[in-house]
Amino acid sequence: MAEASLLQMQGIGKSYYGTPVLQDINLNIKPGEIHAIVGENGAGKSTLMNILFGMEVIHSTGGFDGEIIINGKKEKIDSPQRAMEIGIGMVHQEFMLLPNYSITENIKLNREVLKPNFLSRVFGQKIEHLNMGQMNTDSRKALDKLGIGIEEYVTVAGLPVGYMQFTEIAREIDKTNVKMIVFDEPTAVLAESEAEKLLESMKAIAEEGIAILFITHRLDEVISISDNITVLRDGKRVGTKKREETDVYELAELMVGRKIEKMVHGEQRELKNEIALKTENLVVHMPGEKVNGVNLEVRKGEFLGIGGLAGQGKVGIANGVMGLYPSRGQVWINGSPLSLNDPGESMRQGMAYVSEDRRGVGLLLDSSIELNIVINALHNQKKFLKKYGFFKFQDTKGIRDHALKMIKELDIRCTGPGQLVKRLSGGNQQKVCIARALTMEPEILFVSEPTRGIDVGAKRLVLETLVKLNEELGMTIVMTSSELGELRSVCDRIAIVSEGNISGVLPPDGSDVDFGLLMAGQQERRGA
Amino acid sequence: MLQNLAAKFMTNFGLARLIILGFFIFLCIMAVVFQLDIAELLTSSLARIGMWGVLVLAMLPAISSGIGPNFGVSLGILCGLVGALTALETAFRLGGVVELSGGVLFLLAIIISLPFAILTGIAYGWLLNRVKGSEMMIATYVGFSMVSIMKIAWLFLPYTSPEMAWPIGRGVRVQISLAGRGITRILNNFLSFNIGDVVVPTGLLLFFALMCFLVWLFMRSKTGIAMRAAGDNPRFSEAAGINVNRSRIIGTTFSTILGAIGILVYAQSYGFIQLYEGPMFMPFVAVAAVLIGGASVKKASITHVVVGTALFLGIQVVAIPVANAFTTDWASMGEISRKIIQNGVILYALTQAGGD
Repeated sequence: MAEASLLQMQGIGKSYYGTPVLQDINLNIKPGEIHAIVGENGAGKSTLMNILFGMEVIHSTGGFDGEIIINGKKEKIDSPQRAMEIGIGMVHQEFMLLPNYSITENIKLNREVLKPNFLSRVFGQKIEHLNMGQMNTDSRKALDKLGIGIEEYVTVAGLPVGYMQFTEIAREIDKTNVKMIVFDEPTAVLAESEAEKLLESMKAIAEEGIAILFITHRLDEVISISDNITVLRDGKRVGTKKREETDVYELAELMVGRKIEKMVHGEQRELKNEIALKTENLVVHMPGEKVNGVNLEVRKGEFLGIGGLAGQGKVGIANGVMGLYPSRGQVWINGSPLSLNDPGESMRQGMAYVSEDRRGVGLLLDSSIELNIVINALHNQKKFLKKYGFFKFQDTKGIRDHALKMIKELDIRCTGPGQLVKRLSGGNQQKVCIARALTMEPEILFVSEPTRGIDVGAKRLVLETLVKLNEELGMTIVMTSSELGELRSVCDRIAIVSEGNISGVLPPDGSDVDFGLLMAGQQERRGA
Repeated sequence: MLQNLAAKFMTNFGLARLIILGFFIFLCIMAVVFQLDIAELLTSSLARIGMWGVLVLAMLPAISSGIGPNFGVSLGILCGLVGALTALETAFRLGGVVELSGGVLFLLAIIISLPFAILTGIAYGWLLNRVKGSEMMIATYVGFSMVSIMKIAWLFLPYTSPEMAWPIGRGVRVQISLAGRGITRILNNFLSFNIGDVVVPTGLLLFFALMCFLVWLFMRSKTGIAMRAAGDNPRFSEAAGINVNRSRIIGTTFSTILGAIGILVYAQSYGFIQLYEGPMFMPFVAVAAVLIGGASVKKASITHVVVGTALFLGIQVVAIPVANAFTTDWASMGEISRKIIQNGVILYALTQAGGD
């Protein structure tokens, strides 16, 4: 090794409550190197960074294995403050800025340049004046280094996101001792031209000898600026490549990997040509999962998967069609147009939804299992009601019978239909959500992240139930999931969403390279 | 094992409730020790429970629909009072032509107060929908302000019946006796019977039971179920196609109506209509009672209403004579302990609101 390493991470491992999320990670970064870390959601990128930055969440859950060596010296990083003292800076994905402070004030926060005054000589440093002039000069210098022409005295509130991002970076490079900066998905929120500018300034920073750890899923950016690239998958390091020795395709393949387990319809099924659901230019304003004009066709009896990375808009599609978030565009159900933004109408048109936000939108936690199961059907389809004169009352016996049937069919582990849903485990709660959707006897069933946060056994049961519904009852199912492997095991076709749009539709046995590329927002290889 | 059971019991039952129950039992033992007239205490406990029951019940639709304990039930009370005064005025104006019996007057008061309560409830529900998250605070102040505004209104409303109006000047009196109209204790005395020396106010308790039954029925109707869902999880309910704001308005209106009926029941049992300051702090008693019964600011049931009313008003009845028996210097101890319990329990419930 020509140059000594700045940072070495050796044998890093971490598990949350017995579930390993990182295993035996080794990293080696030299001064001035741009090192990219790529991987799918849940691959362990964020956990690794949290360890490096000494975040509370790591230490409150039992610390981690392995060691971190900085400049040849073993360091114990147990708090973000310590990480900063050592010289590790971080540019966060969510901006850590005070909106009503000026750019200078944000850059210099808690590191203000001070000027002694009369009172401070008596009462100490706490009441020294701020040396605004010096602070502005410093900030200007940092901003100029980044090539940003914005005035340092404007307040952060109302700035375009690109400028906020640059303010964060300026804060990091203004720190005199900074040796390394971690960029966590810095281009995710930027427009293309801003992203280019950012990459330029990252190169400029690296040339000054500051190492950069660059976390992203955009493979073209990785290839364009990184020196070395480490790929993580399922908490393991699957490879570290030099830029010259690799290309986008290899990285995509490494990132996705073979992890497919066929559960159903072994052969590619012949799908009917009838269209059950069609969207045209569907725009959904779901915070964090924005959908920008999706065109999608779902065929009758199909099991369609929607995949993609978090925050790209895949969960927004189902939420938009079901009327949970404000949306525009056109949606047809069996050829007739659907009026959007009305959950009741969507349900009356024969659709049901199992939400990804189980505890937030998916359940009445303080109510009984039986009420949770029947309420949608009761409210929207007037089932389980008895009429007396003008009034409709619940059919207590009918509800009880139906709940018992569902509990038996879906194997919901509970003390009885009257048990409160909040006392159930995650997997059983999910089954209650599915039972509610089934009670409506929908033609089209939307399921979002059905296996998130539930244990392996329950996962399998949930997926098998969905497959059974699809095959035996001919129910059209649209399943959204972050786990590509899961989608590939059950779906007929998989639509991959990137930046609010469908970047492509692949068969479940499509190549890893293509899946990886589509997720990274690039066109699939021609003729592949 | 035993410790576990005890711990479980404590979390289910709640420390506050346990202390209050203990205090109640202590008071009862003291009453026996001081050889107070137990029959008399039981008689007035039963009357008190029936008297307050409907007002406490008014909390149920409010809590279920998600607006929390209705600290602004004084709005309903004011509507009930308007109904009562208007009914009395009607009787006075018709005097000599038709004599209205007490029962008819009571029903008339309810019927007149209903449209007021419905309109007020809708407006009040609409207001509460704009201040989601701080309903309790807003409700308290809406209640206070309306009571104050009505203080002015009582002076100007055109009630002329001599039993209501001040002898000199304008406006209605602070306290109006119902004695002359045959309404006093009309529910209490209906089918009333004695067990030993204990008087059971059958009509009053039956009326309370009837109201509970109606609320119970409502909670099992399609609208009622939607309302409960809206209170449990508004985001879920939106997704289930339920109009959450509408459900909250229905809950608020229902609560206001029960408040109006509740004050009429209260007044007929008490024998007087209290205006001006009268309704100012009544909501706190009702809120405290339902909370003592086991309700939280998010969840309540009829059982909570009944248990809470019995416990809290039982304490009120027993505490005063017991305190008097200790020493006459402590005459106000009964009232003070009631206030401590009332406000303490509300405070306790509010601190629990975020938990679970």
